[in-house]
Amino acid sequence: MSIWQYANPVKFLALSSRVQPYLWAAAVICVTTGLLWGFFGTPDDARQGSTVKIIYLHVPAALMAINAWFMMLIASLIWLVRRHHVSALAAKAAAPVGIVMTLIALVTGAIWGQPMWGTWWAWDPRLTSFLILFLFYLGYIALWEAIEDPDTAADLTSVLCLVGSVFAILSRYAVQFWNQGLHQGTSVPVATGGRTVADVFFYPLLVSMVGFGLLFLALVIYRTGTEIRLRRAAAMRARTGRGA
Amino acid sequence: MTLRIDNLTLARGGIPVLTGLSFDLGRGAALILRGPNGAGKTTLLRTLAGLQPALSGHITGGEDQIAFAGHADGLKAMLSVTENLNFWASVFGRDSIDAALEAYDLHALADRLAGTLSAGQKRRLGLARLLVTGRPIWVLDEPTVSLDTAAVQMFADAVHAHLGQGGSALIATHIDLGLQADVLDITPYRATATTRAGASDEAFL
Amino acid sequence: MIALLIRDLRLAFRAGGGFGLGLAFFLIVTVLVPFSVGPQADLLSSIAPGVLWLGALLACLLSLDRLLALDYEDGTLDLLVTAPLPLEAALSIKALAHWLTTGLPLVIAAPVLGVLLNLPANGFGWVVVSLALGTPALSVIGTFGAALTVGIKRGGLLMSLLVLPLYVPTLIFGAEAARRGAAGLDGTTPLLMLAGITFGTIALMPFASAAVLRMGLR
Repeated sequence: MSIWQYANPVKFLALSSRVQPYLWAAAVICVTTGLLWGFFGTPDDARQGSTVKIIYLHVPAALMAINAWFMMLIASLIWLVRRHHVSALAAKAAAPVGIVMTLIALVTGAIWGQPMWGTWWAWDPRLTSFLILFLFYLGYIALWEAIEDPDTAADLTSVLCLVGSVFAILSRYAVQFWNQGLHQGTSVPVATGGRTVADVFFYPLLVSMVGFGLLFLALVIYRTGTEIRLRRAAAMRARTGRGA
Repeated sequence: MTLRIDNLTLARGGIPVLTGLSFDLGRGAALILRGPNGAGKTTLLRTLAGLQPALSGHITGGEDQIAFAGHADGLKAMLSVTENLNFWASVFGRDSIDAALEAYDLHALADRLAGTLSAGQKRRLGLARLLVTGRPIWVLDEPTVSLDTAAVQMFADAVHAHLGQGGSALIATHIDLGLQADVLDITPYRATATTRAGASDEAFL
Repeated sequence: MIALLIRDLRLAFRAGGGFGLGLAFFLIVTVLVPFSVGPQADLLSSIAPGVLWLGALLACLLSLDRLLALDYEDGTLDLLVTAPLPLEAALSIKALAHWLTTGLPLVIAAPVLGVLLNLPANGFGWVVVSLALGTPALSVIGTFGAALTVGIKRGGLLMSLLVLPLYVPTLIFGAEAARRGAAGLDGTTPLLMLAGITFGTIALMPFASAAVLRMGLR
């Protein structure tokens, strides 16, 4: 029993249809709990008032925006090395989810930033990095759409994802160098284990982050299943000679 | 050097077109490839040239030995005939293009820009390129397209001379070149619904 | 390898080769900027380094679709892949030819256009040096973009979408060095970063370009 057996599309579909109901349920429960708890169950911040509550949407979305790209990078590497179709299709399926997460992070950031900083947008390093990430997602999705042969598309987008990751990191440092910025430090520093938000805000945030993670997973599995069925339909049409 | 093809399976656009293809091409031998449109002749030739991978099977004896000529001639319209040939000669580490000009009667056109040549003249220049590569195995896809009778004879002579020097040639063509060559009809190797194992989309079925 | 360089340069200089188009584009963009932002000398002089960098970047970008697409259409790329020359080397040479015919003229023209934009006197050296250091990276990264989109019909717009985000770090460090220099500050740090990006991309990008070109040609 190896994990790679789920790289077979048919096995993957069977597993995903068993897992999906639980995953969706868990995702919906976590996201709803996290958001409701955050919006109604926490006190207003002394300085920021109730505007701070957008954090329960903003931080998890931003987290998943980056993690989605990271997942695409891993999936691309697996495709390039082991050539499992599910892996390539999962990367393809994750990209639109990732770009929507990026968009949510950008929009909620603007809504938060307006009352706090007095501006909808500032060329702050974090904001700018997310804008650049958004552009990378756009390019990646556009390349998938542009190539007719699915295997060639998977190859080329995988290399783009690899090269793009290097340049995204470079851009991150370049942008930090270029403008020092307004944005507050990270709310949940993983590396140090410390945190800058009080427990009362932190727990709903944690639930919300877990919920967004589960939601991402559910969406990606669902979309991967769709992509697999599309490929399956195309393969069957090709076999029976009825054209694409 | 013998080019040896062993149990080759080839795909076009993810669907196998040829399976179980095996043949040898020895020194001084020519092989004419036949088969209906869509049988996979071009796919086979491109695979041998190293432009695309085979789904399964082995190709031995082909590394750095093959000169490929496909549907396009790879000529630059704004370079003269000699400049085009000299470029390919130096890419392949050779210096003389006289023999190539001679074989395809291109001396009179030597200083013309390739863009001003007729289709048949361009093809002659494209075939002359094979001579400057100095490679022993020619892999040619429909080389006689747009050639007139005289030019076809030049081509047949060039292939003949090449074989005489110990070279070999694999040619997909429908016309008779008057060569002592075996004919390989690839129709029996066409992939059918039952033999289409190993396709890249097989996992989805 | 020299033969490929000579051939590409020769083609660029002959009719239809497109030499000078990038330069003309650079000139026109620079001339249009005062029309759009107004003729105030102090405003122009403060944005001059950035405008010159952005103009040079766009001029580089626009000439990329000729880099491999023409060779793809006439079958030369197929033949180059089967030639004894390593594809990585061939693409490096093509990037070099692109830089010599597009990047280098831009570097030389930049000070002239700087005059039109009231570039401060101490900025000229910085603009030229940063462009000279940065434009090779633009050519090498652009070659990757061109290789990525080579088999795609009407891939020009897509290529811009793919290449522009990859240009971000080069643009930031290059323009930052020029901007600091023009403002009378020391631009050495961004300039060193820019040099790092350029040498890094020259060393590594040809491998990625060759890999995607092989994938795209099959």
